[in-house]
Amino acid sequence: MNILHRIPAADPLLEAESFWWQPLAVIGLKVLVVFVIGLVGTMFMVWFERKIVAGMQNRVGPNKAGPFGLLQTLADGTKLFFKEDLIPEKADPFVFRIAPFLAFVPAFLVWAVIPLGGDFTNGHDGTVTWFGEVTRVQLADPPIGVLLVLAMSSIAVYGVMLAGWSSGSKYPLLGSVRASAQMISYEAALGLSLAAVLMTAGTLSTSGIVSAQSSITNWHLLSTGIVPFVVFLIAMTAELNRPPFDLVEAEQELVGGFHTEYSSIRFALFFLAEFMNVISMSALLVTLFLGGPQPLYLGGTDIFAVLGPFGGTAWLLLKVFAFLYMYVWFRATLPRLRYDQLMNLGWKVLIPISLGWFILLAALQVARDSDVSGLRYSLIVAGCLVGIALAYMLFQAALNVARRNRDAEGAAY
Amino acid sequence: MTLISDEGAQELRPRSELTASELLREVASVLRLSEAEAAKLGDLPEDPDEDQTMVINMGPSHPSTHGVLRLMLELQGETVLRCKPIIGYLHTGMEKTGEQLTFMQGGTNVTRMDYASPLNNELVFSMATEKLLGIDGDIPERAQWMRMLLSELNRMSSHLLFMATNGMDLGAVSMMIYGWREREEVLRFFQKVTGLRMNHNFVRPGGLAADLPPGWRDDVLRILDMLPERLEEYDTLMTGQPIWRERLQGVGVITPSEALALGATGPILRSTGVEWDLRRHDPYLRYDEVEFDLIVGSYGDAFDRYAIRLNEIRESMRIVRQILDLMPEGDYRIQDKKVTPPPRARIDESMEALIHHFKIFTEGFKVPEGEVYVAIESPRGEIGCYIASDGSPTPYRMHVRAPSFVNIQCLPHMMRGGLVADAVAVISSVDPVLGEVDR
Repeated sequence: MNILHRIPAADPLLEAESFWWQPLAVIGLKVLVVFVIGLVGTMFMVWFERKIVAGMQNRVGPNKAGPFGLLQTLADGTKLFFKEDLIPEKADPFVFRIAPFLAFVPAFLVWAVIPLGGDFTNGHDGTVTWFGEVTRVQLADPPIGVLLVLAMSSIAVYGVMLAGWSSGSKYPLLGSVRASAQMISYEAALGLSLAAVLMTAGTLSTSGIVSAQSSITNWHLLSTGIVPFVVFLIAMTAELNRPPFDLVEAEQELVGGFHTEYSSIRFALFFLAEFMNVISMSALLVTLFLGGPQPLYLGGTDIFAVLGPFGGTAWLLLKVFAFLYMYVWFRATLPRLRYDQLMNLGWKVLIPISLGWFILLAALQVARDSDVSGLRYSLIVAGCLVGIALAYMLFQAALNVARRNRDAEGAAY
Repeated sequence: MTLISDEGAQELRPRSELTASELLREVASVLRLSEAEAAKLGDLPEDPDEDQTMVINMGPSHPSTHGVLRLMLELQGETVLRCKPIIGYLHTGMEKTGEQLTFMQGGTNVTRMDYASPLNNELVFSMATEKLLGIDGDIPERAQWMRMLLSELNRMSSHLLFMATNGMDLGAVSMMIYGWREREEVLRFFQKVTGLRMNHNFVRPGGLAADLPPGWRDDVLRILDMLPERLEEYDTLMTGQPIWRERLQGVGVITPSEALALGATGPILRSTGVEWDLRRHDPYLRYDEVEFDLIVGSYGDAFDRYAIRLNEIRESMRIVRQILDLMPEGDYRIQDKKVTPPPRARIDESMEALIHHFKIFTEGFKVPEGEVYVAIESPRGEIGCYIASDGSPTPYRMHVRAPSFVNIQCLPHMMRGGLVADAVAVISSVDPVLGEVDR
């Protein structure tokens, strides 16, 4: 009996009766492939963003290094690598050194639990057989996959916060204060909209969530009723510090924000982590709401069926690509929000909406689980709506009182 | 007195070390007080706990201080409590240099002050010189209309630059490129006419340096046809954008009386609702013969200032169209032997012409004794030129009333109580050109 059986397996490989080098070799290979895909993807994401933004701004964009400037990021990275590594005199050297890794490592760990492909069609559970071993096309599939993602994105806050704090400089400090407040607030909205998905899917495992979205009507985008998707999308943009929520590094206000004092490869790590996060969070969004590698049957056919086992991967990439493009578009179009507007949006709009929607979904789920139908079902829905309306009114009343108090006090200075 | 650095009296010092009037200035009290208000000078704002505030230095090298403006801000959290603009980082002694240059050469000097609207600087200097010479009534018609054409096109290019930087400062990065793209079209026309994109030295005492090149009318028409569509795009991208409005509306508010007390002119004064534009109220050149509207705001906030500049581009286009219709034929400079060099062909024929030419370009022409102040409306407000002459070919004293310099006074007032992000929006909406501030 293998000792690994006592803990819930993160991969079907580990459930094998006898355990020798083949599973380890497959896992090792997967680690390599996932890491390389992550790095190369990040590299091309930077190129993609610069090229698309350039197109939107009537510019040419990178076009010198490699074909179409594809190797520009590599050139920039090499340059950064050979630059002098400065640590400011007033910085806390240990924290200053460790902070980039706190940002970089979680970005890659999130990538590890994303199902990157596999056959989820016709009720298959996404497992594939490689070298005679049954496994999944994802580095790990822990039963608490989504929690891992949330935990990692919380840890990434430390990277940003400590970087700003340890720089011993005022602009990074302001940036890191903004960062911690922003990321913590939006994590709440993120978690609440995510909870709606988890409740509908009934599992925390990412491959389980994908399996639960077997056809487009089952996609959580529709089955949770759009609202959690929209909230998740906005909260995710804020969590990623992407425009229009890029207050943390707002160039025009805080020069560079938390990474003002960073140079050389440490700066490159922040940069890499940011773009890695964009890719992995987009992939997470696709996994949670758009069926991940699930194909979309256009006119009854799966256009990527010709790719055979890689069809799922192609679908995932296509969907992720759509969101990456959207982020670039945001950046080229939208002005930046102000700090207080950002907080208002988070606390007074997104969190209440996602909370109310979650309660509604929960009530409906309970009703479905206990086989209620007809009049009683409608009553439950009506009751929920009344409850939410009451809560909304209370909430507005509270906001009004707060506003009146603020007005009465007047600005302190 | 404890100094934070070696900047001396420029530093934002701890509240306890300040005199009442210094503190009032830094917390943005408008200094023209009524007697009743002055009696309360002792009522200083309550001191915040010094542990809870942070003095932050913004500039002189900072992405959004429009060059080398330096601001010292006292922050509580992100709220601005005090602000002290510090200038002088681009000071090159241009007014003093102006005393060494002849009236003929002076244009190259003043054109470098407000480098975003150089033709207006040259214009005001030339007009002041002409007034001293007493030839201001004899400038040929065509020269006057040409000056107006260039001045209005320059207003457009300057406001387009504002559109670019304002967008950039608020995070709409594409806007920067769009604004510059359109400005470049205007600058290309300037290059064709004057030979340079900026710092033209084209408007000179007595007229202009050259006539308009052939085909100028088509070039101007091309700009006028291209711009309205692009301005519509700006409306889509910014004016109607909810985030844009949220960021600008109610930010950096200033009342009419405050703006007047601080001496603000141009879009800042007009944003408060005060109707004041020298083109209308003290017409120079031929502004009384063209039709145009004054754009006036109502709230005095950053959004009004943005909207005023956007619509002033449209008004300038209207003026330019009328200029195209009304432009007369004639000479582009006064035929006064005193200030106008002889034509090139005459130099080969006549010894007197050669001597005359040599004298004008070496010694310069003598200007009668006296002093004069002339003001015109530059894109940033009232730009004035004061010249005192002692009868020699160089000014005894030249002073330029730079609108940016005066408008910068409003900064502490507009910023107080706002956030750091608002401070950036406020600097941007005042649109200072530091070359002109420091001179």
